[in-house]
Amino acid sequence: MLELRNIRKVYNPGTVRELCLFEGFSMNVPKGQFVSIVGSNGSGKTSLLNLLCGSIMPDAGQILISGRDITRMPEHRRLSRIGRIHQNPALGTCAGMTILENLSLADNKQKKMNLLPGTDKRQLQRYRDILSQLGLGLENMLSAKAGSLSGGQRQALAMTMSVMTPIDFLILDEHTAALDPKTSDTIMALTDRVVRERGLTALMVTHNLRYAVTYGDRLMMMHQGSVVMDKQGEEKRDTRLEDVLSVFTEISIELGN
Amino acid sequence: MASVFQNFFNTLPSTLEQGLIYAMMALGVMVTYLILDFPDLTVDGSFPLGGAVCSTLVISGVSPILALCVSAACGAAAGLITGLIHVKLRIRALFSGIIVMTALYSVNLRITGGSSLISIPRDKATLFRNNGLVQSLPEGVGTILIALALVLAVKVLLDLFLKTRLGLLLRAAGDNDKVVTLLARDKGNVKIVGLMIANALVALSGGILCQQQRLFEISMGTGAMVLSLASVIIGVNLFKRLERVRSTSKVIVGAILYKACYSLAISIGLRPGDMKLVTAMLFLAILSSGLLRRKGAVLDA
Repeated sequence: MLELRNIRKVYNPGTVRELCLFEGFSMNVPKGQFVSIVGSNGSGKTSLLNLLCGSIMPDAGQILISGRDITRMPEHRRLSRIGRIHQNPALGTCAGMTILENLSLADNKQKKMNLLPGTDKRQLQRYRDILSQLGLGLENMLSAKAGSLSGGQRQALAMTMSVMTPIDFLILDEHTAALDPKTSDTIMALTDRVVRERGLTALMVTHNLRYAVTYGDRLMMMHQGSVVMDKQGEEKRDTRLEDVLSVFTEISIELGN
Repeated sequence: MASVFQNFFNTLPSTLEQGLIYAMMALGVMVTYLILDFPDLTVDGSFPLGGAVCSTLVISGVSPILALCVSAACGAAAGLITGLIHVKLRIRALFSGIIVMTALYSVNLRITGGSSLISIPRDKATLFRNNGLVQSLPEGVGTILIALALVLAVKVLLDLFLKTRLGLLLRAAGDNDKVVTLLARDKGNVKIVGLMIANALVALSGGILCQQQRLFEISMGTGAMVLSLASVIIGVNLFKRLERVRSTSKVIVGAILYKACYSLAISIGLRPGDMKLVTAMLFLAILSSGLLRRKGAVLDA
């Protein structure tokens, strides 16, 4: 499904701050797999997601989706089949627009952008049904501005928007990190449900080791641009939080943290 | 004191006419400044561009409505160029506008054949003169009614547009352009569309003003951006609490209020040459009062 081949990425090339993050990096993610990625700051987790989405371009190597080379495809074109949730809940929704308008925007994602009405009144009931599944009461607030919602509500709305149209990938970039512990648990459970129900291939970067162990079919730990732990299937199910924590502490000590 | 008001009321009809015509330009600036969050200085060039194109065409006998359509198309082209410079060459919004504004000064002079001042003869048909519609309207209010009808038509069309798929996307681009990318659209293209619409409205306004005054002046664009911005900010800030009223309506009222302030200042005895200073002070007053109010809100909380 997703394949990264011999990726090389150098930041600030030719300067004293030159940093080679990836050198000959490869990875494979089969269709329908839910991958959790953990690692210290600067380990390359977010860069990996950015490479995949096209927010940054690799210096060498190939990125393939279902065998098709998308290495040079611009970010917005790739995102037609990718949903992405950022760490900051404000980034996934338009604050000055209503919930209805935000949902309509998302609903129009794969349609032609023309002068037809932006919101389709016949979809109101469908939108309410989708929102009521979140259990946050958003279904009665369609005309409220997204900016007036709490962080958790906004993140749930962003999640709803990203899976409104059929997608192949869900990319989660520390998407619970800015939320309080309880809201973060709610959003994480919601994420798991959405990924399972739709059979999505998902890549989740997280600093929460507990989530990485509890959720997903595969656990990867990254350190300085390479994978230092990769467990899937049986092996993943048998992994305990302590095992991950001990490896994590090891690499952190190495960094002098 | 009485004569000040006398003067002010005497000029009220022309204040209204001008306010309505300038309101169309303010609606254009609303699209870039308020919706797209793009400080577009092209306006200072595309406003006279509309005037130059329209005056030249009307003088050569083209129908006033067709002349306005051509003006709007030229304005859209100016917006397109600013957008391409900003998006494709990655030049800052302000500089892109300044580049096109500067270039347009020469272009406008080319259009008028080198004259910096041209007047439309009295016998030519314009929107406000020598046509069946004006003759059927009561004398003295014809200009106001026609200007009002034009502005309302533009307002309604703009309101409708902002609710279309493309309109929603335009608003999203100004609100949070990350969302536009997430929706698999090129945010640069959306900005370009916005700039084209905005400058088409600005040029349209310039064309209408020239038809009404039967005069084109190369310097008519100087300060057009600030004037429009002042109208937008007056309208939107003054009626902030009226959440049910659309921004387009607020901006139109803002433009009329701006023109009223202008004519009041003239009635008091200021010279036309002082008016840029008055605009600047007014602008400063509105912007800083917004800040003071926010501070007040923080103290209340």
